[in-house]
Amino acid sequence: MSDIVVKTEDVVKEYRMGSNVLRALDGINIEIQRGEYISLMGPSGSGKSTLFNMIGALDRPTEGQVYIDGQNMSNLSQRQIAAFRCHRVGYIFQSYNLLNVRTAHGNVTLPMIFAGIPDKQRNEKAEKLLDMVGLGDRMYHLPDELSGGQRQRVAIARALANDPSIVLADEPTANLDTITGREIIDLIKQLNTQQGVTVISATHDLKMLDVSDRIVDIRDGLVERIRNRDEIEIEVGEVGGHE
Amino acid sequence: MNQRAPIEEQIDLPFVESLRISFQSLKIRFGRSIITTAGITLGIAFLVSVWTNNEIELALQESGRSSEITGLDEAAEQGISTKDIWLIIMSLIVCVVGIANSMLMAVTERFREIGTMKCLGALDGFVVRLFLLESGFQGFAGALIGALIGLLGAVVLGLKNYGLDLFFYFPLLPAQPENGPFQLGVLLLILLGCILGMILAIIGSSFPAWRAAKLPPAEAMRTEV
Ligand SMILES: Nc1ncnc2c1ncn2[C@@H]1O[C@H](COP(=O)(O)OP(=O)(O)OP(=O)(O)O)[C@@H](O)[C@H]1O
Ligand SMILES: [Mg+2]
Repeated sequence: MSDIVVKTEDVVKEYRMGSNVLRALDGINIEIQRGEYISLMGPSGSGKSTLFNMIGALDRPTEGQVYIDGQNMSNLSQRQIAAFRCHRVGYIFQSYNLLNVRTAHGNVTLPMIFAGIPDKQRNEKAEKLLDMVGLGDRMYHLPDELSGGQRQRVAIARALANDPSIVLADEPTANLDTITGREIIDLIKQLNTQQGVTVISATHDLKMLDVSDRIVDIRDGLVERIRNRDEIEIEVGEVGGHE
Repeated sequence: MNQRAPIEEQIDLPFVESLRISFQSLKIRFGRSIITTAGITLGIAFLVSVWTNNEIELALQESGRSSEITGLDEAAEQGISTKDIWLIIMSLIVCVVGIANSMLMAVTERFREIGTMKCLGALDGFVVRLFLLESGFQGFAGALIGALIGLLGAVVLGLKNYGLDLFFYFPLLPAQPENGPFQLGVLLLILLGCILGMILAIIGSSFPAWRAAKLPPAEAMRTEV
């Protein structure tokens, strides 16, 4: 039996605005294997972020089910959902979403504080993670004092704090220049290959193509097609070079 | 990684951790914290000065000095005038609205932060507790300073109106004159002002924080201010 980490079953998400109903997801069925690097691609407004939120338990689907590690997410209690977000998933956002009141180090320790990890242990772990993402010398700076690329590195370190099995990234390179974006992609890919973390990333960034195992094309809230690595290799040649 | 295990329940944070996080947040956002606190200070200063002023007038009326000095005999007979009651009610409204508004703004700015903390594993209750602690400190500090400023204002005004007699008849303690309304006394007024400021700050911040904490994180993080 294959090892499925994420499975969605006819996931529908509707947003109500007054009397209007917008169907952002229109019945999504996907299965994601443990250790895969998946890119969700599609035009703006196609529903990538909405799907990202469903998989990461950041919002509830209107209909359908999301299973993570075989667990039906809609059956979880509030406490279980909080623990799920804390331990199983690391989130990376386009706009970094660091807490501005905490230093880089303080941002990385926060999920470990929520996990109840003792002081000394979490400080060491934060240092180790920030070293790993190349911010060993900027640990005690506030996010305001860091560049975009550096902030995203902090976000990656924070996402890894509690050794999640899934890293969810919503357009992690959209605010970065090509070279910095490339570095961030390489860093995420490295987690994927070296630590076996499952990566699910929404993106417009064609640089993501050549690190992805599969690409899920989303259009109008539906899965349009799923491409495998060997199917995309040809296309990658055209976009591989730097700008 | 033992990720196949069933999903456990999130633990509660020890109180000291919440305390530490809230202090840190107040410290780093010092400038912004001061502005919010100043909102509380202003409201309570206004309230306490109006009330204290009123107490002083009553006390001096009681002593018979007020009419002597100002020559307003009717005022002395009437006790609290309608104008005074209006002023007192107005000051209370200004204070409540001012504090609620400055707390609400301070929390709304932080919806994104609330959503982010929930992504990292914060329980709703933790978020509320954080805001409760922060606004409690702010409320207490702001209200205490405000009460002292208000007292100072009323004393200066009293000195101008009644001269040094003010201190001789200063209504420090509660009193029940034979023919007049009960007087709270300035000490109790200050205490009341502090408690009111703190309660208003806590309610004004915890209620919106509770609403934000209830939101799914995706929605809380979407909020742009
Ligand atoms: N909270 C919301 N309320 C109302 N409509 C929403 C909300 N969130 C998303 N939508 C709508 O749902 C649709 C899908 O949005 P979504 O953010 O998932 O797109 P996306 O694929 O991530 O786009 P982009 O590439 O621009 O980030 C859009 O039409 C959007 O306007
Ligand atoms: Mg999006």
